[in-house]
Amino acid sequence: MVTGVFLQRELRLLARQKADWLNPILFFIIVLSLFPLGIGPEPNMLRIIAPGIVWIAALLSVLLAAERLFKDDYRNGVIEQLVAGRHSLLAFVLAKIVANWLSTGLPLLFISPVVALLLGLEQAALGAMALTLLLGTPLLSLLSVLGSSLTMAADKGGILLALLILPLYIPLLIFASSAIEAASMGLGYQGQLAILLAMLLLALALVPMAVTSALRINVS
Amino acid sequence: MNKTPPSPASPNGPLLQGTDLSCIRQDRLLFADLSLQLYPGQLLHVMGKNGAGKSSLLRILAGLAQPDDGQLYYQAKLLQHSLPVYCGNLCYIGHHSGIHEQLTALENLAFWRAASGLKLADDWAVLAQLGLAGLEDVPCRMLSAGQQRRVSLARLWLTPAQIWILDEPFTALDQSAIALLQQQMLHHLSNNGAIILTTHQRLTLHFPALVQLEIAYRW
Repeated sequence: MVTGVFLQRELRLLARQKADWLNPILFFIIVLSLFPLGIGPEPNMLRIIAPGIVWIAALLSVLLAAERLFKDDYRNGVIEQLVAGRHSLLAFVLAKIVANWLSTGLPLLFISPVVALLLGLEQAALGAMALTLLLGTPLLSLLSVLGSSLTMAADKGGILLALLILPLYIPLLIFASSAIEAASMGLGYQGQLAILLAMLLLALALVPMAVTSALRINVS
Repeated sequence: MNKTPPSPASPNGPLLQGTDLSCIRQDRLLFADLSLQLYPGQLLHVMGKNGAGKSSLLRILAGLAQPDDGQLYYQAKLLQHSLPVYCGNLCYIGHHSGIHEQLTALENLAFWRAASGLKLADDWAVLAQLGLAGLEDVPCRMLSAGQQRRVSLARLWLTPAQIWILDEPFTALDQSAIALLQQQMLHHLSNNGAIILTTHQRLTLHFPALVQLEIAYRW
């Protein structure tokens, strides 16, 4: 209930600050469209590197959106007063995570067929890529909200944020790109998906609590 | 450490009690051995020069920071043990307005209604009373500093909390808004509420149960 109201607020803010979510999506598209131009349109070559570059572009574009997540609410005192009120902090964090996924993760999922076309991926690999994005982007959102909550009080927290959360992205990068690779070779990739799901569930259980603590520490 | 144990909980006992509080910020002792009591119906006016530690005290009393020494009691129970109850009964409005500039006055109020359980009431009427008629649907970044303050303080007309902690609520307000806010404070006090406030302005209305607490500037 409360989370619903908060989510509505976050989405309203995103609708008014379009650059916050449009920039990461455009970045994702630009990076991926530059690869065929830079490397040359050799289909076999592109097919080999496609899994890796799709996920690297996804990680970096999510990172781009992460820095400003809590900045405004920290600066204008919303977070301080939420911490003082205590009850609705977790709902606020959940709303931030969901809004972040809806605005940066979900669009990547919709763009993925176009990306597959650009990189010459086959049907099977496209399916695997969509599935890894479906499981992986919520995890990206969780981790970037975590990083953002830790660095919101830092003046120029961008690099610090990247240093903090890029290592956490690495397991995701490895398993997601290996799933796409396996699919493009016609192998099964349920194992990688299961690990992605396990990581997502673990993050889902732990990250919201960690973020509320981080918010509390940052205002005290 | 615990020199003066609080009197047992009674309807006439203090709502909030602090004993021997001290606070250190950046190796500087802001205050030490500060004791205070807040009874229902009482207005506690914390005074002191800039940098004396008023806001730090208010943040400690709001449960946002820990005192470096001393204890806080809410209704004769240690504050650490009754934080959820205490926070539910508290309305803290700090230095910063808690207003998002991209949202309108009504949207900001709706957010705080969900966050801190404000009463269901006619938001339009409250905002109109605060002189914001016609500005309810304007993003707050278009409003002046004083008008943003009014939006932020509108919560005080809607909150069911018994304890208000207000850090410089009169900043940027004009005389009529200051008078309006003081009337609302009187109304709250007459309903058994309690207020802790810092301000450098002189209170123009007469508050029957006004207690002043001066924090001396130390270096």
